[in-house]
Amino acid sequence: MTTHVEFRNVAKSFDGHTNVVEDINLEIPRGEFLTLLGPSGSGKTTCLMMLAGFESPTAGEILVDGKSVQDVPAHRRAFGIVFQSYALFPHMSVAKNLAFPLEVRGIETARRNELVDRALKLVQLEGFGSRKPNQLSGGQQQRVAIARALVYEPELVLMDEPLGALDRQLREEMQYEIRRIQEEVGVTMIYVTHDQGEAMVLSDRIAVFEAGRIKQLAAPITLYEEPDDPFVASFIGENNRLFGTVTQVGEALCTVDVDGHTIQAAQVAEDTSPGDKVVVVIRPERVSILQSDHSLSNSQEATVLSITFVGDHLRVQLDTCGNPDFIAKIPNIAGHGSVLKGDKVNIGWATLDCRALPIL
Amino acid sequence: MGKLKASSLALPLIAFVVVTLLVPIFSLVRLSVYDSTVAEALPKTAEVLQAWSGTELPSIEVYETLAEELIAAQETRELGRVASRVNRILSGSRSTISKTPRRFARTDAPDAREEFIEIDEDWGELAIWHALRQATDTFTSRNFLQAVDFRLMPDGSIERMPESQQVYVTLFIRTLGVSIAVTALCFLIGYPMAYAMAHASSGWARILLVLVLIPFWTSLLVRTTSWIVILQQQGVLNDIFVFLGIVADDNRLTMVHNMTGTLVAMTQVLLPFMILPLYSVMTNIPRDLTKAASSLGANPFQAFVRVYFPNSLPGVAAGGLLVFILSIGYYITPALVGGSKGQLISNLIAYHLQTSLNWGLAAALSVILLVGVIVLYVVYDRFIGIDRMKLG
Repeated sequence: MTTHVEFRNVAKSFDGHTNVVEDINLEIPRGEFLTLLGPSGSGKTTCLMMLAGFESPTAGEILVDGKSVQDVPAHRRAFGIVFQSYALFPHMSVAKNLAFPLEVRGIETARRNELVDRALKLVQLEGFGSRKPNQLSGGQQQRVAIARALVYEPELVLMDEPLGALDRQLREEMQYEIRRIQEEVGVTMIYVTHDQGEAMVLSDRIAVFEAGRIKQLAAPITLYEEPDDPFVASFIGENNRLFGTVTQVGEALCTVDVDGHTIQAAQVAEDTSPGDKVVVVIRPERVSILQSDHSLSNSQEATVLSITFVGDHLRVQLDTCGNPDFIAKIPNIAGHGSVLKGDKVNIGWATLDCRALPIL
Repeated sequence: MGKLKASSLALPLIAFVVVTLLVPIFSLVRLSVYDSTVAEALPKTAEVLQAWSGTELPSIEVYETLAEELIAAQETRELGRVASRVNRILSGSRSTISKTPRRFARTDAPDAREEFIEIDEDWGELAIWHALRQATDTFTSRNFLQAVDFRLMPDGSIERMPESQQVYVTLFIRTLGVSIAVTALCFLIGYPMAYAMAHASSGWARILLVLVLIPFWTSLLVRTTSWIVILQQQGVLNDIFVFLGIVADDNRLTMVHNMTGTLVAMTQVLLPFMILPLYSVMTNIPRDLTKAASSLGANPFQAFVRVYFPNSLPGVAAGGLLVFILSIGYYITPALVGGSKGQLISNLIAYHLQTSLNWGLAAALSVILLVGVIVLYVVYDRFIGIDRMKLG
């Protein structure tokens, strides 16, 4: 696969001394669905706006198809952009909105109508062409915005929190819709969101942003299973965190002392050495409450502080290894009634299910 | 019940509007078509004149009745007003009427008719009787006819004013032209200014807003007279032009006490009324719209013409309507800097109210102006929709 978009050492500062975005390096292959994920203010939208041409980098450069777009004004970049506010033109009908990019490109009427019809069909809004944007529901406006960004067949589509204004159910529906359209059209998609669930569902790869830097860039499953940064570990899904000190380093494994308890963990940084401060992360669903005759590589005593019935699982709050907020998710299967509030139980998890992440 | 209570809170305001707006407008309209001065001062004469044939002089009894009532009017000091009303219909009749009761019964004429004719031979003509009969009509179209340069002749026929007296139509057209020009100038200057304000950083926007508002805090009279200082022949602007060598010292430009002065000063005075609605509309146009347009391939010019400008139209319409309506009735500025060529219809309305005391004509001119504005408003509502207007 060829590289479509590349960020090289890109930095951006609005006031001249604090960098909103710092030293971003990113290579996006053609046809990929890449999500820039992070809390608000982490620099993800700024990156998108620099790519779109509405902001220019303070340092570094952005390349599209191997060529710097530094001197290309926004209207010549020819990317499809979907804004959080949709930015539909309120004085034009839906069809006129879609025809706009074709008109400014001087495409003749017959071809224009054909493309508009096709785009409306793609987002399942046939017959809505004569409506004004304010006569449409939020979800329909969203579809129009997507259709408009695709109608002139750009190779790169940028979306800035496009589902932020929709309610939950519609948002989930639109996620699959966006993914379907992206696969159908085959464009490279760069998608900005702060919703990790959305990012997991949609993306080929996710770049997790924090404070202007990319903390980890990987496929959703890798981010979830193998986070290599404490921020990523807590931002993607839920994670128990135990702070400790490395006592022994083995091959890809290490031993960590947490509040006097010994834990075997997968070792993330290669240069880990005894004495390093680390945080050990364990997914709540990987923690088991052990029957007396079972044992796992990591086994600890714990006190049950509370039990919440969620439906498909029980959420058990435990006090263990000096952490009174340790969560275990126990599948809702026969026999769960055996755990009661106040019980002293044995819990355990596999070595490879917990990772020792270096604290900087 | 709750609704009733709520709307009763608005009662004082409604009463205020009725007293200060509807009542004056109603009495204005009434004044333009209704005048009972003569009919009240000479009630019996008015009655008998309605039965008069109009082809020959009235009977001696009518002369006697008139004499009696003119004397009574002289005692109640109504005579002057009666005389000036009749004089408006037939010029020259003022002195005829006012001297008659003074001299009546002091001649040795055989009857009242002879005596009248002896006092002034006009009394032997039909014209003054026609004028008198017309003056006793309480409802009259005379004011409106005069307001559009026609006149009601004493015999009831309508004809155009002599050319030298045709002033009002010209003035209405001039007022319309000036209003359109001022509105256009305000738009041309105000639109970029409002745009700059709406797109400046918040600090700059505040400074610009204050600059726009400062004229509001300054007396209109001061602003207008300072234009005289700037524009007059020995004024600041001419001095600069001469200094720069653009005009010769003995050929200084005349920029005030003419149409130029009126246009310049009115545009400056009315500019905020264009800028403020525009600014308010522009700040509400999402920035994303222009960004979206350029992301879709529109160059800055296309993005402005096809996306930004159409969305700013409610502000253009609101500002335009406001400036146009204000300038159509503008008075102080043209009076001070307009000279004779820069006078507008309001200046004549003021003249008839204050100097000639022809309130009926002033009222008729005002009613025409009011109807014009209402028509404009209805047309605006029809084509743009008054609910789309944003004043800020």
